[in-house]
Amino acid sequence: MENASTKFEIDKLNLFYGSFQALIDIDMTIYTNKITALIGPSGCGKSTFIRTLNRMNDLILGVKTTGLVKFDEMDIYAVDYDVINLRKKVGMVFQKPNPFPKTIFENIVYGPKVHGEKNRDKLQEIVEKTLKEVALWEEVKDRLHKPALGLSGGQQQRLCIARCLAVEPEVILMDEPTSALDPVATSKIESLLEELVEKYTIVIVTHNMQQAGRVSDYTSFFLSGKVLETDKTEIIFSNPTNKKTEEYITGRFG
Amino acid sequence: MKAYEKIVEKLIIVCAIISTISVVLITVFIFRSGLPILMNYGVIDFIFGTNWSPTNGNYGILPLIAGTLSVTLGALIIGVPMGIASAIILSEILPGKVARVFKSAIELLAGIPSVVYGFFGLIVLVPAIRTFILPIVQLVVPKATTTGFSIFAGAIILAIMILPTIVSISENSIKAVPREFREASLALGANKMETIVRVIIPAAKSGIIASIILGMGRAIGETMAVILITGNMPKIPGGPLDSVATLTGTIAMEMGYADATHQQALFAVGIILFMIIMLLNAIAQISAHGLRGNN
Repeated sequence: MENASTKFEIDKLNLFYGSFQALIDIDMTIYTNKITALIGPSGCGKSTFIRTLNRMNDLILGVKTTGLVKFDEMDIYAVDYDVINLRKKVGMVFQKPNPFPKTIFENIVYGPKVHGEKNRDKLQEIVEKTLKEVALWEEVKDRLHKPALGLSGGQQQRLCIARCLAVEPEVILMDEPTSALDPVATSKIESLLEELVEKYTIVIVTHNMQQAGRVSDYTSFFLSGKVLETDKTEIIFSNPTNKKTEEYITGRFG
Repeated sequence: MKAYEKIVEKLIIVCAIISTISVVLITVFIFRSGLPILMNYGVIDFIFGTNWSPTNGNYGILPLIAGTLSVTLGALIIGVPMGIASAIILSEILPGKVARVFKSAIELLAGIPSVVYGFFGLIVLVPAIRTFILPIVQLVVPKATTTGFSIFAGAIILAIMILPTIVSISENSIKAVPREFREASLALGANKMETIVRVIIPAAKSGIIASIILGMGRAIGETMAVILITGNMPKIPGGPLDSVATLTGTIAMEMGYADATHQQALFAVGIILFMIIMLLNAIAQISAHGLRGNN
């Protein structure tokens, strides 16, 4: 694991919602072109943590962050850091599929358009390429100009992934992307992850232990705002060092 | 307990019936009083006649329609951009506490009696237009003249009067846009303004349209303020500084001294007004339904 290059380097990260401390001294490394899974019981801080990586917590009033989050060697919480550029490079897929109330086509070209792409042919090309990447092209190619909200939940989520890919990110953050989906849609997304990781770095929050075991290369176990253990997934699942990790994985709490 | 509930239920039903019957009775009354002259004078002549001089037996209400439409249109041109901008600033930009202060100030506008608006317009706006605006206009059009009683004055006052309607309904529909849409947009690297313009406003569109239509209805129906500042001249206006008479203003001004046929004609004006407002309300309701259907 020393050989792999790193995308994010997190050092002594603390986060407060007002007087409540949601993250405590988090140290973590996120490796390039790997899937890192964040597991732990509800309220343990894993969603809060993933949102520090693209600074989505900035939107919440009264959030204070200390410590270091380095993305490509740059401190993303530095005063002059370009958040817009960060969010371009670090895309996010949310728990509940959230396509805009626009057409499928308009959903995907939203990001590129915001970032200045106007060429119609280029946009068309982006739509086809990203929809193929998420294996949705065949299903929707005849109704690109129909409302995205007419798709099924699983299709909507894949559309959201395609929308995220359209801005050509380096990292995709996924906050429980399959928790609102049925098992078939879930397995489609999981196999998609295996393909996407060839090109992207993926961080995924999941409630589902089997999912973490199936798809991820690295796993971090969160409990009460701390990272109790972080290692290669097979080690976490077969031979965890921490007693709490073992109890959680074997389903004794959480 | 059971008997008590039954009585309350009956009372509620009676109240509902009374309000429904009131609407029906008013409608029947207006139509019964106004329809005869529409038939005798001819609907086309009535609506498209350009001469309103009831004492001479001329009942063409086109000047009144033109008056109402021009003042309303002016109010929308001024009030809609202001109202929507205020709604966006209140819901998306100002911090909660400050927004609440601004919002209650805007809502207070709805509580001011319309005659006070009219009086304000009469004392402040009308002279201001005569002494400040007219000289500026005369630089471009030397022959321009105005008493200050004008479409422009009416439009400004009506714009302020419809602000609370536009702001509060637009703001509610903007606030109803799910947070997920904002997050999705920001996570794609859009900034706040891009998110507002490209995602939030389109998603709140039907509510915003409904607010405009309801504001328009209010502007068309407004009487007192308009009487005091538009000059009440029943002729088709040539420009925004001309005096006009509106449908509502004419009814209110002339009902007091009208003879039998004239009175019928005023009721017929009421019918036209009634139908315009009904139509607008219907459009607003359909539009508001669209809001619920879309999200």
